[in-house]
Amino acid sequence: MTSSCRPLFRVCLLAGWLVLFSPALQAAPLSIAQLMTTLARQPQAAATFTEKKTLAMLEQPLESSGELLYTAPNRLEKRTLKPRAETMVLDGDTLTLSRGRRQHVLQLQDYPEVAGMVESIRATLAGDRHALERFYTLALSGEMEAWTLQLVPIDPRVGKLIARIQVAGGGNEVRSVEVLQVDGDRSLMRITPTGAQ
Amino acid sequence: MTLRGRIAVVLWLAFITVCATLVSRAHFTADLSAFLPRAPTAEQQLLVDQLKSGIASRLILIGIEGGTAAQRSQASRALAEKLRTDPQFLHAANGETTSLERDQQVLFDNRYQLSPAVSPALFTVEGLEAAVADSIDQLASSTGLLGKRLFPHDPTGEFMHILDSLGGGSQPRTRDGVWVSRDDQRALLLVRTQAEGSDTDGQERALHAIRSAFEASAPASLQLVMTGPGPFSVEARDSIKQEVARLSGLGVLIIMSLLLLVYRSPRALFLGLLPVLSGALAGIAAVSLGFGTIHGVTLGFGTALIGEAVDYSIYLFMQSEHTRPIAGEPETRWIRTYWPTIRIGVFTSVFGFASLLFSGFPGLAQLGLYAVAGLTTAALVTRFVLPHLLPGNLHIRDVTALGNRLQGWRQPLTRLRWPLFGLFLAAIAIVTLHREPIWNQELSALSPVSSADQALDASMRADMGAPDVRYLVVVTAADMQAALAASERISQPLRKLVDAGVIADFEGPATYLPSMAMQQQRLASLPNPVTLRLRFQAAIAHLPLRPGQVEAFFSDVEAARQRTPLQREDIEGTSLAQGLDALLVKTGTRWAALMPLRAPAAAAEIDADTLRTALAASGVADVYFVDLKGESDRLYTGYLREAILLSLVGLLAIAAVLFAATRSAARVVRIVMPLAMAVVVVVAGLVLAGQALTILHLVGMLLIVAVGSNYALFFDQDNIASRTLAALLLAVTTTVAGFGLLGFSSVPVLNAIGTTVGPGAILALLFSAILARRT
Repeated sequence: MTSSCRPLFRVCLLAGWLVLFSPALQAAPLSIAQLMTTLARQPQAAATFTEKKTLAMLEQPLESSGELLYTAPNRLEKRTLKPRAETMVLDGDTLTLSRGRRQHVLQLQDYPEVAGMVESIRATLAGDRHALERFYTLALSGEMEAWTLQLVPIDPRVGKLIARIQVAGGGNEVRSVEVLQVDGDRSLMRITPTGAQ
Repeated sequence: MTLRGRIAVVLWLAFITVCATLVSRAHFTADLSAFLPRAPTAEQQLLVDQLKSGIASRLILIGIEGGTAAQRSQASRALAEKLRTDPQFLHAANGETTSLERDQQVLFDNRYQLSPAVSPALFTVEGLEAAVADSIDQLASSTGLLGKRLFPHDPTGEFMHILDSLGGGSQPRTRDGVWVSRDDQRALLLVRTQAEGSDTDGQERALHAIRSAFEASAPASLQLVMTGPGPFSVEARDSIKQEVARLSGLGVLIIMSLLLLVYRSPRALFLGLLPVLSGALAGIAAVSLGFGTIHGVTLGFGTALIGEAVDYSIYLFMQSEHTRPIAGEPETRWIRTYWPTIRIGVFTSVFGFASLLFSGFPGLAQLGLYAVAGLTTAALVTRFVLPHLLPGNLHIRDVTALGNRLQGWRQPLTRLRWPLFGLFLAAIAIVTLHREPIWNQELSALSPVSSADQALDASMRADMGAPDVRYLVVVTAADMQAALAASERISQPLRKLVDAGVIADFEGPATYLPSMAMQQQRLASLPNPVTLRLRFQAAIAHLPLRPGQVEAFFSDVEAARQRTPLQREDIEGTSLAQGLDALLVKTGTRWAALMPLRAPAAAAEIDADTLRTALAASGVADVYFVDLKGESDRLYTGYLREAILLSLVGLLAIAAVLFAATRSAARVVRIVMPLAMAVVVVVAGLVLAGQALTILHLVGMLLIVAVGSNYALFFDQDNIASRTLAALLLAVTTTVAGFGLLGFSSVPVLNAIGTTVGPGAILALLFSAILARRT
């Protein structure tokens, strides 16, 4: 983040805290609209992640880890460092996958199942309710400091693969994304914010 | 009219009819063909093939501008859909993935033929273990969810290997699923035409099809822009045609008004233009016969030659009272007194231009042929036909008074002799002391494309991520399979060069469709079911894979063993076919595999010697490395050197003609001196104006000498009649009207001729007068 953006970022953080500690808001149950507004204030986020995939095919779960970088409104970068270096950049409706010297560029509309998957994270980070509701029905539980957003696919092409996605967080931070696949395989991604960098 | 006269007129009419027929069937072009060598080396031939019919030559970049983003993307879809059904286009791409499903099906079904990783080593226990471990790693990655579905069929990851080998390259930005420019103000499409880039008529039809498809579907707020070699040559041809029509029309108007003023007879005017028209027809017909197509530059040059050819009839008419047969004398006095001088003038011009006929640069050879045929015809018609057609009562304006006044100026003019030598020396100093090279060394200097269009093209190319193909390895063979196989053998040394950092990357047709031999070899490396199961069992002993997961793999491999190699027709309609067709082309009776190379960094050059050594060591026959830009610049500097040499030969020929006619070296020097001075002063002027000289300026210089020699010859006579002086003034005026107007052309090649010949002709006359013998 450049120095010129820093003050703006602080203002946003502050706004987030104000929302959290505002007594009026704390008392009422959290609405999806409120959560989305809070999330939408986040201009940029950096985090590390660890992901655990449990597949029926394999005798033990697969683990991977790396960094996540989000820039509002629509850029999400997932840098996997282990077990193998790989970068996935979602920018607008273009998905770029780089592995070693190889690079693949996909158009999201050609791969609706991928679009559904990546949009669950990006649209949540962006607080973009409209984008989320294109693919999922939403259900929110918990309160502002500990909320859980459940996404159930509407799009049959997404529904063929994914049973549901559960995104959990507190305030404007997303802390975990759990994906339950139709065949029973699951993955859990835990996210730890590293703050502004 | 005498019998001789009648025969001459009939022969002339027959000749004109033949020429007119040839001209009506002639093809005009404005593409690069005029600049391509007539007798190319192997590398040059590859360059020529690329420029005329290669991948790049058939590309048209289309931009849709204006309106809203939604309107643009909708128009892009509608246009692409229409063009995809038009057989004039090999393909039309706008970012939509129309053949994605079929592509994936073909790639997946044929993965054991297509994957570069398939080899006997892959199916050993160690090979399988490494490949499966790799695939398990991939399951952990972001695409793991998708990879999971393929895993039971493809645990060694062949499908992914194929996708990797096809690569993505840089893709344009998209919006609503169609390509857009980086600033999102323009929707982008890319089409490849069936017509070759050098087929200007075919390109024009293709452009017309694009335009009408666009207009049929797009709202009026949107605009269409197109660039690429095709659109450029079509536009250049149109603009040259227009300019030629406009400037030559204006030139003819000026010349006709002048002549009418002097001749006072429309009939004489008409007759005076006959040699010119005959010459123009003969010139075009000769070029059409000799070259097949006529280049726009030749046409532009040709119309300007009117100014030169009309001089012959001026000399005749201005002496018109001498042309009437005198009783008992078969030859008129005109023919006795003036024709020899004109004849030498015609000879010097014809010999001067004849040297251009030997140029390896077809554009120059066309100009040479046009000038020789046109001037010879104009002179012959003036000499043998025109006198018979002149009315007996032709009374042109008496210009003796004007001539006398000119006579009066001659004496003072000769006093300028020393100042002229001073000017000459100054001009020489300017030319020789000029710091930058006075000659432009780049072929693009001759390009008829305006700089605005070039900028548009560059920006659309950058947005498309379609950089110019500069480096190519080309391997040719007798048939398609042999070319594919040769390109596969070349891939090995090229891959080593990639690893060594000499090149960044390369592509080849075998990426899209391996040779049948290669496919057979891969299929033959698939083990039988029993062996495969045993080895796989052993391979996963240390991997976390549960047993019984890959039954689909075993049956797919067994099915693949029964497959036959994939043929060109099996991939019809896929993007594989598009990739293959771009890189595997039939040229004449042979097939050529094209392998574009990318330099290690954007600005870096590829070391040609390293590459050629590696290619030679591969032992593959008929393989070439071509640096398209380097080759074309070398070609042009070659032309330039040759043109300078040929012009010098032309000058020598002119001097020889003069010597043969005058039998006096001193007189030759006296005739040539003012012409040389005029050329040097004009060049100095151009250099001072900041112009970098091109081949066409050189042609202009040759023209100064050719045209000016007529003037110098008249001044070389002991006594110059007042009437002749007036005729000379009229002649130089018409020449300047013809050529000088080209100086206002926006087409660089025409402009070069105009700015050289216009001032040059005036100076040649003036200097001849100044240096004339004192009488």
